Amino acid sequence: MKQFLSFVRKEFYHVLRDRKTLFILFGMPVVQILIFGFALSNEVKNSKLLVFNQAQDEASAKLINELEVSNYFEIEKVVGSYSEIHQTFKQGDIRLALIIPANFGSDLAHQNKASLQLINDASDPNTATTLNNYVNIIVQDFLAQNYPSAKLPFAILPQTRMLYNPQLQGAPNFVPGVMAMILMLICVMMTAVSIVREKENGTMEVLLVSPFKPILVILSKAFPYLLLSLVNVTSILLLSVYLLDLPIQGNIFMLYAVSTLFIITCLSIGILISVLTNSQQVAMLISLMGMMLPALLFSGFMFPIENMPLPLQVISNIVPSKWYYIMVKGIMIKGLGISSLLKETAVLVFITTVVLIISIKKFKIRLA
Amino acid sequence: MKEQVIIADKLSKRFGQFMATNQISFSVSAGEIFGFLGANGAGKTTAMRMLCGLSIPSEGSASVAGFDVYTQTEEIKKNIGYMSQRFSLYEDLTVLENIRFFGGIYGLSDLQIKEKSDALIQQLGLEKEAKKLVSALPLGWRQKLSFSVAILHDPKIVFLDEPTGGVDPLTRRQFWDMIYAAANRGVTIFVTTHYMDEAEYCDRISIMVDGKIDAMGTPAELKKQFDAQNMDEVFYQLARGAKRKE
Repeated sequence: MKQFLSFVRKEFYHVLRDRKTLFILFGMPVVQILIFGFALSNEVKNSKLLVFNQAQDEASAKLINELEVSNYFEIEKVVGSYSEIHQTFKQGDIRLALIIPANFGSDLAHQNKASLQLINDASDPNTATTLNNYVNIIVQDFLAQNYPSAKLPFAILPQTRMLYNPQLQGAPNFVPGVMAMILMLICVMMTAVSIVREKENGTMEVLLVSPFKPILVILSKAFPYLLLSLVNVTSILLLSVYLLDLPIQGNIFMLYAVSTLFIITCLSIGILISVLTNSQQVAMLISLMGMMLPALLFSGFMFPIENMPLPLQVISNIVPSKWYYIMVKGIMIKGLGISSLLKETAVLVFITTVVLIISIKKFKIRLA
Repeated sequence: MKEQVIIADKLSKRFGQFMATNQISFSVSAGEIFGFLGANGAGKTTAMRMLCGLSIPSEGSASVAGFDVYTQTEEIKKNIGYMSQRFSLYEDLTVLENIRFFGGIYGLSDLQIKEKSDALIQQLGLEKEAKKLVSALPLGWRQKLSFSVAILHDPKIVFLDEPTGGVDPLTRRQFWDMIYAAANRGVTIFVTTHYMDEAEYCDRISIMVDGKIDAMGTPAELKKQFDAQNMDEVFYQLARGAKRKE
C-alpha cells in the first residue's frame, strides 16, 4: 500500500508540474461549457429579417411589431418590390423575408383568413426551419391576441408539451455531451500518454525490474486520473448548475457512480492503447482519432444516431460515450433511477471488462 | 570458494527462429565486478533481461541471488538493483523526490528513506541541488545519482546496462570509483559496456558474439589468450567474426 501511495504521489507531481497538461485538464471543461453554453447555441436570435409590406394597414403593422419585439428577429430592411428581395438575399445580409399581401388586414377581418409568404435562406437548412417555426409561433400568438373570435381552419389542435426541457434550451443536451467528451479525452489520452512516456524514457524498465507488481504500475498510473476526472465532473456540474441554471433532477450520487464507471471504462481503453503503442505521438493520435472522433459522432450528442445508416447505428453501440451520454441525460435531465438505466450500466461494465482482459493479456505477452 | 550469486547454465532465448541468446553458461561470485561485453545485437540485453526476471528464458536454467529465473522472479526483483543505459530517473521530479519514490516502491520505511537520502545527498555533494529538478543536473551527476538510487535498497546484485554512455572520461572514472566502493561492500556488479578501458576495470569479463559467449576470464587472461596488447584488440578479434549485423 505504501508502495502504491509513493507511486500515486509521483504521478501527481508529473501532472501538477506540467503546465500544459494542467491547463488541458482543468481549463478544457470550463472552456467547453462556456463555448457550448454561450457561443454555440441551437437557439437562433436576432436573425435579420426583410419585410415587404404590401398591405400597409393596422394589422400588418401589428404583426411586424410582434416579430420585432420577439428577440428572435431584427428588421434589417423594408423594401417595396420583389426584385429588391432577391438582391438583398444575394448580399447575404438577411436570413428571412416576410411578404405581406396587399389585402392582409381586410382579408383577416372579413374572411377570417389571410396568407403570408416567407422566403428563407435555406443554405443553412436547420436555421431556416427554426426561423420558420418561430414565425409560425409568433403568428399564432398574434392571431390569438387580436382575433380571439376567429375560428381556426383546423379542427385538430395539437397541444405540444416539451417534456424535461420545456424551453428547448441547449444546455440539457450539451452538458451530458461535454461530460462524455471531456472524460473520454482526459482519461483515455492522458493515461495512455503517461504510461507510454515511461516506456519512451526507459523508466518503465526500471519499474518492471523493481518488486512493484506490473499490474500495480498500471493501476497506480490510472488512479490519479480517476481522481482528477472526478474533480472535472464536479466542476462541470457546478458550472452547469450555477452558471447555466441547469438543475440536476436525479440522484447526484448515482450521477457520480455512473461517471466513475465511465471513467474506469475510459481508463481501461487508455491502458490498452498504452500497451499497444510505444510512442507518445502514436498514443495521442490513436486517442484523438480513435476515441474522440467516435465519441463526438456516435454519442448522439451532436448527430442523432437514429438518422444514421444501420451499419453506423450498430457501430455506435460499441462507443462507450454513447451509453454514458444516455445515462447522464437520464439522471441529470429526466431524473431517472438506476432501474431505468440497467442496460446502459451493463453495457459499460461489459466493455470495460473486455478491454481490461485484452490489455492485461497483451501486457503479459510483452513481458514474456 | 565464494558464494555464486548468479549462475547461468545453457541459458537460451528464442524469438521465433532467432536465437537471441544461445546456450550461455557462466557464474558470478559475490562482490565480483563482472563485465558483460559484446557488440550491439550480440544478445547482451536479452541475457540481462532474463536474469532480471523481465523475460522468461526459452531453455536452460539460471539462478540469481539463489532464486530461480523461471519461478521466483518476484524474489529476484527484491534482491537486485537495475540501471539502464537510458536515463532512469524522472526529470520532472527533484533529486529528493526521485530518491523517495524509488525508496517507496522498494518498500523502504519513511525513516529508512530519510536516513538514506540524507547520506546519499551528502556523499554525492548534492546538498544544494537536493530540491532542484533532476533535469537541471548535468548528465554525469544524473548517472551517479541513478546508480546511487539503483543500490538504495541494498541489493545483493546490481545490473548496469551501459551506465556510462555519453559521459565524459573524468565522470566515468568517478562513476567507477562508486562501483568499486559498492563492490567492496559486497555488492555484486554485473555491467555491460562498450568502453574497453572500462572492461579493464572489471574483475572478470565475458564477451558475447552472435548470442554465444566466445571468451571469458580476467582481462589479463583474455589478453594473454588472444595475444593482445589491450582489451580493444581482444574485442576486435572476436567481434570481427560476428555474422549478425545490427
